[in-house]
Amino acid sequence: MEIAFFIITALLTIGAAVAMVLSHNAVHSALWLVLNFFGVAVLYLLLNAPFLAMVQITVYAGAIMVLFLFVIMLLGSEQGQEEVNGLPWQTPVALVMGLLLVVMAGYALFFPGTPVPTTQTPNEIGAPDILARKLFSTYLLPFEITSVLLLVALIGAVVLTMKSREGDRV
Amino acid sequence: MVPTEYYVLLSTVLFTIGVIGVLTRRSALVVFMSVELMLNSANLALVAFSRQWNHVDGQILTFFVITVAAAEVAVGLALLVGIFRTRRTTNVDEVNTMRG
Repeated sequence: MEIAFFIITALLTIGAAVAMVLSHNAVHSALWLVLNFFGVAVLYLLLNAPFLAMVQITVYAGAIMVLFLFVIMLLGSEQGQEEVNGLPWQTPVALVMGLLLVVMAGYALFFPGTPVPTTQTPNEIGAPDILARKLFSTYLLPFEITSVLLLVALIGAVVLTMKSREGDRV
Repeated sequence: MVPTEYYVLLSTVLFTIGVIGVLTRRSALVVFMSVELMLNSANLALVAFSRQWNHVDGQILTFFVITVAAAEVAVGLALLVGIFRTRRTTNVDEVNTMRG
């Protein structure tokens, strides 16, 4: 039952990703990517990580994709000027290399040299309280650095999009 | 329980689709989205390994990846708006002023 659910979600996620890459309208690409993020959130739920699934939906499918759609419509570049491709040989090479990567990873995964120990104990490690306890004790310093990083990104985004006035040197 | 290998294989496939998107698409916006897809697939592998080892560290790392992705998107899209203002294009092939 669970494996069937996994396969359906995985196919949906892969299909959305492929449609995102193939779609010629940037808005459609963004919406396919939202579907992909929702699929990954469902997989997080299957992996016993409910809090991460909710973060995935709010931050990725919510904040980041709204920012993307906002910029796409601000620039008016829905219909991409895709037609000029300076490197036409790149597409088949990319496809072959990508296929090679998947085959190699699959080989490494399903024919491992040393067997991987499996923990079959049902766990609750994804529960918010366990996650928060770890985040605010062991990982307190990275957490604080992350807040500084967000502040830097905020200031950087404001400075980069600031309109320079006459005579200003930016 | 779905084996961890399946999740990692799915993550590899998603990562590869992201790489192909970066290499074949010329619109900077879609290239950005493909980078997001790659980050997302790495997150999926991290959470799968977190369950495999019954350890919460993978999920914490996923948090940090999501935060860095948010910061990266904010700065990247600001850069893109700046490029569009001066060059009137988002095609990555036409932004080659610094070509050596």
